[in-house]
Amino acid sequence: MDFLPTLWFVLIAVLWTGYLFLEGFDLGVGMLMKLFARNNTDRRVLLNTVGPVWDGNEVWLITAIGATFAAFPHWYAALLSSLYLPMILVLLGLIFRAVGFEYRGKVDSARWRTAWDWAIFLGSAVSAFGVGTALALTSTGLPLDANGDRVGGAFAWLNGYALLGGAAVVLFCLVHALAFLALKTDGEVRNRARRLFARCLPLGVLPMLAWALLIQLNGGKAFGWLCLAVAVLAVPAAVLAARRTREGWSFLFTGIFLLASISGIFLNLYPRVLPSTLSESFDLTVQNASSSPYTLGLMSIIACFGVPLVLAYQGWTYWVFRKRISSKQIPGQVQSA
Amino acid sequence: MEALDIARWQFGITTVYHFLMVPLTIGLGLVVALLQTLWLRTGKAEYLRMTKFWGKLFLINFILGVATGIVQEFQFGLAWSEYSRFVGDVFGAPLAMEALLAFFLESTFLGLWIFGWKKLPAKIHLACLWIAVLGSVVSAYFILVANSWMQHPVGVEMVNGHPQMVDAWAVFTNNTALVAFPHTLFGALAVAGGFLLGISWYHLWKRRQLGIDTVDEKKKVVVGESDQHPGRDKTDHKVWLRGLRIGAVVAMLAFAGTAISGDMQGKLMFQQQPMKMAAAEAACQNGTSFSVLSFGDVGSTNCGDVVAVIEIPGLLSFLAHGDFTTDVKGVNSLIPEYKAKYGTTLPDNPIYGDRAGQPIQYVPVMAVTYWGFRMMIGFGGLAALAALVALFMARKGTVPSSKWLMRLAVFGILAPFGANSAGWIFTELGRQPFVVAPNPQFDGIDPVFMFTAAAVSPGVSAGELIFSLVSFTTVYAVLLVVEVVLLVKYIRGGVLSAMPELAAKDDSQEDPEKPKKDDDDVLAFAY
Ligand code: HDD
Ligand code: HEM
Ligand code: HEM
Repeated sequence: MDFLPTLWFVLIAVLWTGYLFLEGFDLGVGMLMKLFARNNTDRRVLLNTVGPVWDGNEVWLITAIGATFAAFPHWYAALLSSLYLPMILVLLGLIFRAVGFEYRGKVDSARWRTAWDWAIFLGSAVSAFGVGTALALTSTGLPLDANGDRVGGAFAWLNGYALLGGAAVVLFCLVHALAFLALKTDGEVRNRARRLFARCLPLGVLPMLAWALLIQLNGGKAFGWLCLAVAVLAVPAAVLAARRTREGWSFLFTGIFLLASISGIFLNLYPRVLPSTLSESFDLTVQNASSSPYTLGLMSIIACFGVPLVLAYQGWTYWVFRKRISSKQIPGQVQSA
Repeated sequence: MEALDIARWQFGITTVYHFLMVPLTIGLGLVVALLQTLWLRTGKAEYLRMTKFWGKLFLINFILGVATGIVQEFQFGLAWSEYSRFVGDVFGAPLAMEALLAFFLESTFLGLWIFGWKKLPAKIHLACLWIAVLGSVVSAYFILVANSWMQHPVGVEMVNGHPQMVDAWAVFTNNTALVAFPHTLFGALAVAGGFLLGISWYHLWKRRQLGIDTVDEKKKVVVGESDQHPGRDKTDHKVWLRGLRIGAVVAMLAFAGTAISGDMQGKLMFQQQPMKMAAAEAACQNGTSFSVLSFGDVGSTNCGDVVAVIEIPGLLSFLAHGDFTTDVKGVNSLIPEYKAKYGTTLPDNPIYGDRAGQPIQYVPVMAVTYWGFRMMIGFGGLAALAALVALFMARKGTVPSSKWLMRLAVFGILAPFGANSAGWIFTELGRQPFVVAPNPQFDGIDPVFMFTAAAVSPGVSAGELIFSLVSFTTVYAVLLVVEVVLLVKYIRGGVLSAMPELAAKDDSQEDPEKPKKDDDDVLAFAY
C-alpha cells in the first residue's frame, strides 16, 4: 500500500490548488494594473487590495516546490531541469512583480510608477503563463529518459499543451481577479469589475475547461467526469451571482470551478506524478519518485501541525483586512526627501 | 565554458547576492522589533520615530531578500538535478519545513505589521512583528540544517547508492548546524549594528552641519531646533544618538558572538573537513603556527609556492585542539589520505559525463580559503573596533564635524557585509571538490559523499545556463542599484521620509494603546 506517497501526492495537489486560488487573484490583479485600472488612484486601490496578502500567497508556491523536493525528489529534479527556460522566466517574473509592489510608491514620479506598473503587469503575466505551462506539461508528460532527464534540447517541452496550460492559467487569473476586486473594493471599481466579470467569465474559463476535457478524453477516470461537470456548472452559477451583486458567491464559484478542474486533472494523473512521453516505463510515479517512508512519515507529522496552523493565521489575516477598499482610503501620494 | 562551471558561477552569484539581503533582514528585523517594544513600554516619541524610520529601510531591503530567495528554492532542481536526486531524501525535508514553518510566518505576519498600524490593537500589532522576525530566525535555522548536512552528512544510511534518512534527530541537531546557526545570527546582528551606527552618525553630523546642534567649550553637545528644517527638533537628536549607541553596542556584542561561535566551528572543522581548514591556513606541512601573512602564490594548489611570512606559534593548535602543541595536519599529508579514501580519478559513471576519469583535485583554491577566512575575521573585527571608537567619540552627545570621519562611518557599513560574504565563500569553496563533503566517521562502510562534478543537471545545456546566468546577473545588478538608490533617498530624508506627518503635527500625542476605528481612515503604509 502506497499510503504515504499517495498522501503527499494529494497534499502537493492541494498546495498547487491553494496557490492558484490565492495567488491566482493577485497575479490577476497584477495584470489588471494595465488592463483594467484607468488612473493612478485605481491602480493604488488595486494594489492595496492585495497589499497585505500577496507575499503570503506566494509562499504557497514555495511550499509546493519545497514539498515536492522533500517528498518526490525525482519529480522535483525532472520537472525543473526539463522546464529550465520557462522556469527561469517564471522566476524573473516573480522577482519583478514582488519588487514592483514594494517599490512603486516609493518615489513620487509618474515615470517611475509607470515603469513599475509594467514590471508588475509583465511579471504577473509571465509567471502565470509559466506556471500554467509547467502544470499542463506535468499532466501530459515531458520527453524524459530512464534517468528522468530531458531528451531533445532546450525547447523539447514546447507543444500545444504548454501553450494551452499557459493561456488557461493567465485567463483564469484575470477573471478570478475581477471577482476578487468586486468583492474587495467599493464604488466605481467594484461595479466595473463585477460587470466585466459577468461578461468575461465564460470566455476566461474556456482554455482551462479545454485542458481538463482533453485530459479526461485521454483515458480519464470516471470520477474525473464528475469533477468536470461541477466545474462546468460553477460557471453559470458565478455569472448569476455576479448579476445579483452577490460578489462573495461569485468569488466562491470561481474557486469551486478551479478546485474541480484541477482536482480532475491531478486525479487522472495519479499514480503517475510526471509521465514520460518517450516510454511508459520511464514514467515517474508515486512509487518510483518518492522519498523513503521514514522521510515521508516525518514530513507528515510536520504537515499535520503546520498546515492547519498556516490556514488558521492566513484566514485571520483575511479577516483583519476584510473591509472593502475604495479611493476614499487612499492617502495623497505622501512624499518628502 | 562547461555547463558545470556556469552552473557553479550561477549558484555562487545568486546565493551571495541573496545573502546580502538576508543578514540585514534578520539583524534589522530584531532591532526594529526591539525598538517598537521600547516604544510600547515607554511611550517615548523617539522610539516611535526610530521604529518607523528603521522599519522603512527594513522593508525596502526585505523585498529583495524575498525576490531572490524564491530563485534559491528552485535552483537545486533547475541546474543541480543529479544533486537533488542524490540528497532529496534528507535535504528536501528542511527546505520544505522552512517554507511551511518559517516563510508563511514571515510573509503573513509582516503583511499584518505593514498594513496593521492603527488597525490592530498595539500589542497585537507588535506581536505580529515579533512573529515575523522570529520566522526569519527559524528560516535561518532550517536552511543552515540543510547546508550543514552538505558540510557534514549525519543521520543517514546508504541504500541503493543513495543516502536515506534514518535519524531525523541527528540531522536536525547536527553539531555543524548548531554552531553555524548562532554564528550566522551574530553575523546578521553585526550587519545591523554597523548599519545603525553609520546612518545615525551621518544624521548627527548633518545636524551639526546645518548648525542645529553645536558644542560648548567642554565639547558637550548643545541640542538645538530649527524651523527651517521640519522634523529636525530635539527629539530628532535623541533618535540618532540612541541609534548610534544601540548600533555600536550591537556591533560589538555581535563580534564577540561570532568569535566565540566561530572558534567552535573551527574546532569542528578540523575534525570534519580537515582539508578545508588546512587550505584556509595555506598550511602545507603539519605544524602548530597560525599564519598571519603568507606570501607566494596562494592561488596555486601546489604547496611549495607558499611561504609564511608572519606566524604566531601555537595559535593554530589552539584553534584546532585547544592546546598549543598538538600538530595540525597540513595539505601535504592530507592529500594521500583523501586519495586513499575517495579515489584519485572521478569514477567511470555516466553521471560524470565527459569528466569521468579526470584526476580529482582535493585542495580547494587556497587564495580563496586563505583570504576568505582572514577577510571574514578582519572585516568583522575592524567593524567592532570602529564601533568602540565611535562610542567613545560620541560620549558627549554628538559626533565630530569632520566630513571624512562621517564618510568613514558610512563606508564602514559595508565591512560586516563583506565579512558575511567572505565567510560563505570560504565555507562553500573550501568544501570543494565535494558538494556533499564526506563525514570521516563513515570510514569504511559506504561513505556518504558526492563530488560537485556529479551534481549538475545532465539534461540542461550550457546555452540555457548562460542565458539564466546572464539574466539573473543583469537583473540582480539593476535591482541592487535601485535598492541602494532608494535606501539612500530614505536615509537622507531622515525620520521625515518615513513619517511625513511629522511636518504637520506633533507626534508626541500618538497614543500607542488606542487603535483608531474610523471607517474612512486612510490606509497605513498604503502602497
Ligand atoms: C541564514 C539565513 C539564510 C540563508 C543561508 C538563506 N536564506 Fe533564504 N531567506 C532568509 C534566510 C536565509 C530570510 C532572512 O528568512 C529571508 C530573507 C528575506 C526574507 O524574506 O526572508 C529569506 C528569503 C527566502 C525565500 C523567500 C521567502 C518569502 O517569500 O517570504 C526563499 C524561497 C528562500 N529564502 C530560500 C532559500 C534557499 C533555498 C537558500 C539556500 C540556498 C537560502 N534561502 C539561503
Ligand atoms: C546564503 C549563504 C550562502 C552563500 C553566500 C553561499 C555561497 C556559495 C558559493 C560561493 C558557491 C560556489 C562554490 C563553488 O562554485 O565552488 C556555493 C555552492 C553551493 N552551495 Fe552555497 N552558499 C550559501 C548557502 C547555501 C545553502 C544554505 C545551501 C543549501 C541549503 C547551499 C548549497 C550550495 C550548493 C548546492 C552549491 C553548488 C555546488 C557547488 O558549486 O559547490 N549554499 N555556495
Ligand atoms: C574571530 C572571529 C571569527 C571566527 C573564528 C570565525 C570562524 C568561522 C569558521 C571556522 C567558519 C567556517 C565554518 C564551516 O565551514 O564549517 C565561519 C563561517 C562563516 N562566518 Fe565566521 N568567524 C569569525 C567572525 C565572523 C564575522 C565577524 C562574521 C560576519 C559578520 C562571520 C560570518 C560568517 C559566515 C556568514 C560564515 C558562513 C556560514 C557558516 O558556516 O556559519 N564570521 N566562520
